[in-house]
Amino acid sequence: MSNAISISGLEKHFGHVAALDGLDLEVATGEVHGFLGPNGAGKTTTIRVLLGLLKADGGEVSLLGGDPWTEATALHRRLAYVPGDVSLWPNLTGGEVIDLLGRLRGGLDEGRRASLLERFDLDPTKKGRTYSKGNRQKVALVAALSSNVELLILDEPTAGLDPLMEAQFRAAIEEDRREGRTVLLASHILAEVEALCDRVSIVRKGQTVESGTLDDLRHLTRTTVIAETTADPAALGSMPGVHQLLVQDHRIELEVDSDRMSDLVAGLAPLGVRNLVSHPPTLEELFMRHYQDGENRE
Amino acid sequence: MTSLSGTGALIRLFLRLDRVRLPVWALVLGIVPVGTASAFQGLYTTEASRLELAATVTSNPAFTALLGPLYDPSIGGLTAWRIGTLGSFIVALMAVLTMIRHTRDDEETGRRELLGSTVVGRHAPLAAALTVTIATGVVIGVIITAGLTGLGLPLEGSIAFGAGFTAVTMSFAAVGAFTAQLTQAGSTARGLGVGIVGLFFVFRMAGDVAEADGLGWLTWLSPIGWFSQLRPFAGERWWVFALWIGFSVAVATMAIVVQSRRDVGEGALPPRPGPDRAVSSLGSPTGLAWRLQRGSLVGWTAGLGVLGIIYGAAGDSIAEMLAESPQLAEIFEQMGGTQTLTDTFFAAAVGIIAIVSSAYAIRSVLKLKSEEDSLRSELVLATATPRSRFVWSHLVYGLVGPVVILAVAGALAGATYGAITGDIAGETPRVLAAAMAQVPAVWVLTGATMALYGAFPRLASLSWGVLAFCLILGQLGQILQFPQWSLNLSPFTHIPTIPAEEFVAAPFAVLLVIAAGLIVAGMTGFRARDIPYS
Repeated sequence: MSNAISISGLEKHFGHVAALDGLDLEVATGEVHGFLGPNGAGKTTTIRVLLGLLKADGGEVSLLGGDPWTEATALHRRLAYVPGDVSLWPNLTGGEVIDLLGRLRGGLDEGRRASLLERFDLDPTKKGRTYSKGNRQKVALVAALSSNVELLILDEPTAGLDPLMEAQFRAAIEEDRREGRTVLLASHILAEVEALCDRVSIVRKGQTVESGTLDDLRHLTRTTVIAETTADPAALGSMPGVHQLLVQDHRIELEVDSDRMSDLVAGLAPLGVRNLVSHPPTLEELFMRHYQDGENRE
Repeated sequence: MTSLSGTGALIRLFLRLDRVRLPVWALVLGIVPVGTASAFQGLYTTEASRLELAATVTSNPAFTALLGPLYDPSIGGLTAWRIGTLGSFIVALMAVLTMIRHTRDDEETGRRELLGSTVVGRHAPLAAALTVTIATGVVIGVIITAGLTGLGLPLEGSIAFGAGFTAVTMSFAAVGAFTAQLTQAGSTARGLGVGIVGLFFVFRMAGDVAEADGLGWLTWLSPIGWFSQLRPFAGERWWVFALWIGFSVAVATMAIVVQSRRDVGEGALPPRPGPDRAVSSLGSPTGLAWRLQRGSLVGWTAGLGVLGIIYGAAGDSIAEMLAESPQLAEIFEQMGGTQTLTDTFFAAAVGIIAIVSSAYAIRSVLKLKSEEDSLRSELVLATATPRSRFVWSHLVYGLVGPVVILAVAGALAGATYGAITGDIAGETPRVLAAAMAQVPAVWVLTGATMALYGAFPRLASLSWGVLAFCLILGQLGQILQFPQWSLNLSPFTHIPTIPAEEFVAAPFAVLLVIAAGLIVAGMTGFRARDIPYS
């Protein structure tokens, strides 16, 4: 088995609204895969189909080599899930919920349970209704991360965590990666995805618009260049492959297609470069561009 | 910003949220008394026929226990007797539930915080909820008053009847406001509130039944009992309204005082830390459902057990009264003997216990829906828990729960009656059998709830409508001479009134098959549909 998750052409409608409109997703076994998209893009719907909670209207879905709808129970022994909106039983303590979910999945690593409780600074004796959103999320995270499973499906797991706890979360996921677990991490916190994920898929309006390693994605796209020149740089705007040119006296800021980089450098040299900064696009820029381009097209 | 800022906006919000629920409550609670009066007018046209009905009614303490005393054999008097007490009870439930929904539930879910961050004063949600609830009571009162006068009934009695329901609504709106302050969980507040309504109902029942023994004062402790003491159409005692107003003001003031002293989201009773590890039984869907359902099962069983004891004790006063009145005993002897009279009483009592057990059954099955609505079922179903096992873990309470409740209540009723008459060994199994005979009918309602939840989850709350339908048919169907086909729609109609009647197997078999069919339909629907439902 090379792919833990394999989805092609997935469709799901709610009434007349197409929540998923031919979505594709490949997650290789052992990788941490970022699942990116704005709110309402279809991330949670995809995850619910993967969990056999929603029935797909069309397309192929394979989870750990099985059909998530018909083999849900057997497959669920091998995965753990943290929902984006964690709701706990008001009368059960956090510790009870962690034990319960662990047992329902078929086992809990006691050592990991204890260490995660400490790292996340979570009081397991409080009742579900008294936890804040972040603490409810921690309960679900501790339960999932201390389960003996091969796949973790995490739906925006850090939305309610403070930066300190988010760092703990990243460290825990790094450990999982080393142990060879597969992680599907739905998120719109780009720094987190950039730090953790081997590959990412970007979804928009129920479709996958981009998928690959971060390097792949960057390669296909533009590099940001900021330069100060002695001569007037305005002429650079007419060069092929240059976009989003901003000229302020002798300072320019532009984006250039990656395969036109050497042309740009050649064009800059005669202008007398005093200062030059160039950086590959951040995930945020990639993401924003996909999103905004899509908006503009409509 | 004063503590009442934003009350107006909240009132509009609550009315918008309840735009279906409250009109339905108001229409049903307003129209049933008017419909009953109209039916009485059609059925008991002569003075003589009404006197005859009144004689039957007043001679039977069973009726007094269930419905309160009859004070006047006019159409209005009969209506006030037939509807007043049970109606007040249901109006009280409506008021308590509405109040808690708009106060404590909102706090528990955090909606209150969202509102509190806007221009909303500390007491505004409470004030708005009280206004909306009492306004519903006013609408109910107006419908009743207008309807009864429209039928040509005396104006004073019609006003007293309608305003009486309004006053009961007001009193229990205050009770709801108070219980909502005490606990963090809406469910606990609801349990407490409903328990208080039940307690007041029991007070008035004990007072009315044992009035001859000098316990009539118990009725005066109960805002539900005050309705019969108001005596609509029987020389109205307007000063009774002062009791309701005093009670409401006192209880509402307590609620406001408690609210002023506590933080938003907190209860007056502080939460305690719990265990950091789960006990070994909390490791399966069954263990989880037990944890979530056990409190309410114990509560309902205890509550209905007490009701069973009270019915058992009331059953004896029938025998007592017959001993005091040889003529009456002779009449009943001709009708089939005193045994038949107590049997009929216990059959009716068991019927009421069965309806309340059905409410428990529906509530426990609908736990599946509240778990799904809160997205907690997703947590469980994402583990190695098959859908059918998840459903059965809760559905079993809708099936076994009513059996437990009916068995305990029936056995206690029989044993209490037997202890007084000196025949525990004989009476206990008789009443217990009567109670158990109701089980298949209750299961039909369990099945109906499961079918709705499984196949049409958006409509699952309609199961309460099914229960209300059975309640109205059972309570009013015979005295108002509904056509037999309509009575046949309720599963309870088909249960032989054991011990008064013989046991026949056929209706039980049919009801069991219907219940099983409904459960299968619900389960099939649930296994094929999306979770959460859309």
